Amino acid sequence: MARNLTALIAGLIFGLGLVISKMVNPAKVIAFLDLFGDWDPSLAFVMGGAVFVTAIGYRLVWKQDAPIADDEFHVPENRPLDKRLAIGAIIFGIGWGLVGLCPGPAISSLLIGGGPAIVFLIAMAIGMALYEAFDRLTK
Amino acid sequence: MENFTPVSATIGGGLIGVAAVILMAFNGRIAGISGIFSGIFFTDKSDWLWRLLFVIGLGLSPLAYIAISGRSPEFIITNAYPPIILGGLFVGFGTRLGSGCTSGHGVCGVSRLSPRSLVSVVLFMGAGIFTVAVLTKIIGS
Repeated sequence: MARNLTALIAGLIFGLGLVISKMVNPAKVIAFLDLFGDWDPSLAFVMGGAVFVTAIGYRLVWKQDAPIADDEFHVPENRPLDKRLAIGAIIFGIGWGLVGLCPGPAISSLLIGGGPAIVFLIAMAIGMALYEAFDRLTK
Repeated sequence: MENFTPVSATIGGGLIGVAAVILMAFNGRIAGISGIFSGIFFTDKSDWLWRLLFVIGLGLSPLAYIAISGRSPEFIITNAYPPIILGGLFVGFGTRLGSGCTSGHGVCGVSRLSPRSLVSVVLFMGAGIFTVAVLTKIIGS
């Protein structure tokens, strides 16, 4: 199916972007978060470049009635702000600051990061499974 | 600031944007890695194969980079295993509770000016900066 091939290509290009921008390197990410130390603003330029291309690209794409390889656009509706969003973002930020890895680089570094990268990715998947259990308990 | 690399950062960021636009143009999907990855395990079975292939592409990208450039990407992590495990648990749980991470909220959400995403970015960046500041103080740098 076409959408499987496009997903593979998009993943590959996304990962190349992470590698070229050096965001697969946790030390580089920690250097951005170390605002009060020897600050490295590179991550802000990664976000700026990505947002610039995406903001223009999305607007062009959304002029179409539907995506090329799927029936409809799966864009999240604008739900109101809630506690879950805020607390989740803070918990994520603490983990990010602790190690310097977020989900994209965690996957991209799996084959080059040795033991620490493998252990982090497994722990991240367990954290996601714990959320699924928590979500079921609180429904 | 001697390690500041604005050119490679902007080019790499642009590529991330290209990937996000491809995934929207062809599949109609937001390039949110935490959601795509967890969806391999935790959503309905008809929808997992494209997610797995996206993640495989992401995982193979450093090998493609090495094949093209002949250079190995740098990966430096200074933590012991207990904080690595704790960090992984926090990142996994937090991104799911908060419905997104640096890609879904940070790139895609900010690009469509979603208020939820803008708040999320401020909070996770703030929490990350705070955590690094506290750790630096404790370790005494």
